[in-house]
Amino acid sequence: MRSKTVFQQEFKIKGGDFLNAGESSCKIRNILKEIGIDADIVRRLAIIAYEAEMNVVLYARHGAMYLFVYPDKILLKIKDMGQGIENIDLAMRPGYSTATEEIREMGFGAGMGLPNIKKNADVFKITSKVGKGTALEIIINLNGKNG
Amino acid sequence: MTLDKIKKLLNAQILCKHKNHDCDIKYAKASDLMSDVLAFSQPFSKPEALLITGLTNKHVIRTCEIAGVCAIVFVRGKNPSIETVELAKDRKIIILTTKLKMFEACGILFSNGIKAASTKKGK
Repeated sequence: MRSKTVFQQEFKIKGGDFLNAGESSCKIRNILKEIGIDADIVRRLAIIAYEAEMNVVLYARHGAMYLFVYPDKILLKIKDMGQGIENIDLAMRPGYSTATEEIREMGFGAGMGLPNIKKNADVFKITSKVGKGTALEIIINLNGKNG
Repeated sequence: MTLDKIKKLLNAQILCKHKNHDCDIKYAKASDLMSDVLAFSQPFSKPEALLITGLTNKHVIRTCEIAGVCAIVFVRGKNPSIETVELAKDRKIIILTTKLKMFEACGILFSNGIKAASTKKGK
């Protein structure tokens, strides 16, 4: 039986909206803090959300993040409509990046986004279709640290 | 290390401060790459971390908020935009600015006891 959802919310992300990029992740961080989730888990999920949100802003046309808080875990889904990833193994390699000079000037495109997401997640799933988009599914187990 | 001591050591100006102005800085990370800041964010979960950077856009403030960094030193005499300072005020992040190069600022803080943010695993 699927466990009961404590909280859920959808956050829309606009591709190319550099001005507001990262705001949804800051909101997610504050929501989790308010629910009373353990500080270390909040930090891990905030980093995951932020990296994923930036990927959508930098590389996709539009997308959304879906946050689900369960009594025993947090699930974060990120879906985008965009260019997709041709070689996921390569994209997962720390330092590998297809970022433009403009993106790098903003402090992004270090090739650490997906590796950072995986490092902070307990379960990490990625699927992508070139020319269509990318989907991420992240789970962090609460291990009783749900305040 | 207190912010006043950091200000004195780096001959810096405080552009924006908050109630937690007297926070005790123990760790620092220097980078212009925001993903690197997040990748090395382990000790940043404690409110005792400082970011030294030459990047002054609003993403630096959001990155610090996400990583739990309490103060930023902008090096190479860079002044952030009003929007960046306003966002820092809103997110309660302290901003200092110094004319020193990043390497000089790091050297001074390191030799005065500030530790490097380590590369511990994320979870």
